[in-house]
Amino acid sequence: MTLAKHLGIALAAAVVIWVLSVRLDAYRDYQIAEVAAYVVAVAGLTVLIGLSGQISIGNGAFMAVGAYAAALLLLHLGWPIELVFVASAIVAAAAGAIVGVAAARLRGPYLAGATLMLAVALPSVADKFQSLFGGDQGLALNVTTPGFLGPTFPPTRWLAWLAAAFALITLVLLANLTRSRVGRNWRALRDDEVAAALAGLNVARLQVLAFVISSACAGLGGALLAMWEASATPGEFTLTLSIGLLIAAVIGGLGSLLGAVWGSLVFVLVQGYLTNLAASHGLSSGASASVPVAAFGVVLIVVMLAFPAGIQGGIRRLLGPAAPAAAAPFNLLRRHAPASEHQEEGTT
Amino acid sequence: MQEFLEFTLEGVSSGMIYAAIALSLVLIWRGTRILNYAQGGMAMFTAYVALIVINHTGNYWAGFVTALAAGLVLGAVLERAVVRQVAGKAPMNAVIVSIGLLIFIEGLAGIIYGAQYRSFPPAFSIDGLSIGSVALGISRNDVFTAVAVLAAAAALAVAFKYTRVGLRMRATAFNPGVARLLGVRVGRVLTLGWALAGLIGALAGMLVTPSTFLYPNSMDTIFVLGFTAAVIGGLESPLGAVVGGLVLGVVLSYAGGYLGSALVEIFGLGALVLVLMVRPAGLFSAAATRQV
Repeated sequence: MTLAKHLGIALAAAVVIWVLSVRLDAYRDYQIAEVAAYVVAVAGLTVLIGLSGQISIGNGAFMAVGAYAAALLLLHLGWPIELVFVASAIVAAAAGAIVGVAAARLRGPYLAGATLMLAVALPSVADKFQSLFGGDQGLALNVTTPGFLGPTFPPTRWLAWLAAAFALITLVLLANLTRSRVGRNWRALRDDEVAAALAGLNVARLQVLAFVISSACAGLGGALLAMWEASATPGEFTLTLSIGLLIAAVIGGLGSLLGAVWGSLVFVLVQGYLTNLAASHGLSSGASASVPVAAFGVVLIVVMLAFPAGIQGGIRRLLGPAAPAAAAPFNLLRRHAPASEHQEEGTT
Repeated sequence: MQEFLEFTLEGVSSGMIYAAIALSLVLIWRGTRILNYAQGGMAMFTAYVALIVINHTGNYWAGFVTALAAGLVLGAVLERAVVRQVAGKAPMNAVIVSIGLLIFIEGLAGIIYGAQYRSFPPAFSIDGLSIGSVALGISRNDVFTAVAVLAAAAALAVAFKYTRVGLRMRATAFNPGVARLLGVRVGRVLTLGWALAGLIGALAGMLVTPSTFLYPNSMDTIFVLGFTAAVIGGLESPLGAVVGGLVLGVVLSYAGGYLGSALVEIFGLGALVLVLMVRPAGLFSAAATRQV
């Protein structure tokens, strides 16, 4: 039942994206692809933070792993692009498993610091092994439009379709996972780790699983982003990107997959808009690029202090308590959620 | 052998910088149980303030004093305006809010000062010192760095132990509720903790920026290494922060010197993960009392 509902929503979204991609110009198609790449990575992060209660400021590093894996597979083995994307998610998941085992022993600020370190440290690997990773220049990742679409088919539309398809598949898979036993277990240990352990849940295993899934999403998102940029370079996957994912997840509403979509949309569109606005007011390119950074800093603080449930929380409130499947009210923000909410979550 | 000496002294010198960052993190952590991810950004911003003063007055020490004062004020203002609002909420909120502060400060610096790399004057000569014909691998400025950080740490230790304010700060760190009942103005003490942390962070920024250049992200790597030093030291003890900084500085200096400098961050990550695995509460913590 749940699966059918999620598939239906995804199908409707696919139709909307298809219409948009055909109607809009090449630049908008390009933006659809960018947003879709972000959605994948942000969805993984929002599940990690909002459901399992772990934080990562280093998911940009897993995006880099996925992007480089995709570029290497395409360059050296010439795999078909769809297979390359799946493989990039698997490679990043493996990296996430290694980090996740360490992360499962860490809490709150320690975990945030360790993953922050990961985001800062990993790009230097590309510098160290220049022959394999291409140093600062990175690796090319060019996707050709398949022949059956005809020679006049705009390449940006193909990028948009590819990225959107993977984003929708990811969202459907995650939506089902979060409504499953695993998702409920995550919520349980997020709200009270000791109670979850006493109830027989394997806390460490659940936490590692969340980390693996989140990094797989980050890896796929990174590969899509590299496809969008036509290259995988260390400069793409900075600490700023990792924090950008966090911003998008918080703006959308932590723990909500639809929120990940809103957050990514806002993040990508507002970033471009503010940069252009600042540049048109005569700021230098470096200063213009800093305007959205400062703005998102303020937004992050204000949302966290005043609207911790984000955009999706606002939408839920507008739709009222009677809205169907008003699923898990986001309660990470309280140390101990009332028991009634657990029961509500357990019904689907 | 001479190489070894050089690497060791270099390590001590850079370790003192990590120690200063670690010290500022410990000051805040003890009082508020918040890890201030904006510490590096605050230090970067005060370094810009110093650079402007230095360029206008032509006097390094005028800039130095201004930076420390700016750090003091910035820490106090951020605590009052922003951090106090997350008190008592889940730890995750504080983490995210301080990251918001970090990118706000970095963005602001980028808007005001631009993103280009600026060179930054050192306090003293950066020519290598030598004893006879043996090069030591450090400069007068490195010696100043070590002396300045040690002096700051010693001043803090003395203040904590022998002054009334220090006693209030220790009481607040130990148990804010009881401290309040005993008449300590806990709010003021927390503000003071942030102000002092801002000052120590600004000191670290002044000391390290000549060797990193100044740009909005210039303190990112230094900050994570300082965080690592603080974790090695256990986050609770100022002495641990200094020792943690020294250990990390020397280890990274050997790793960079003998194995190649490109991987210093990776080795830092390795050291952090190793310490967290072996002693999650740090090497110098008395007892592991992690809240679950």
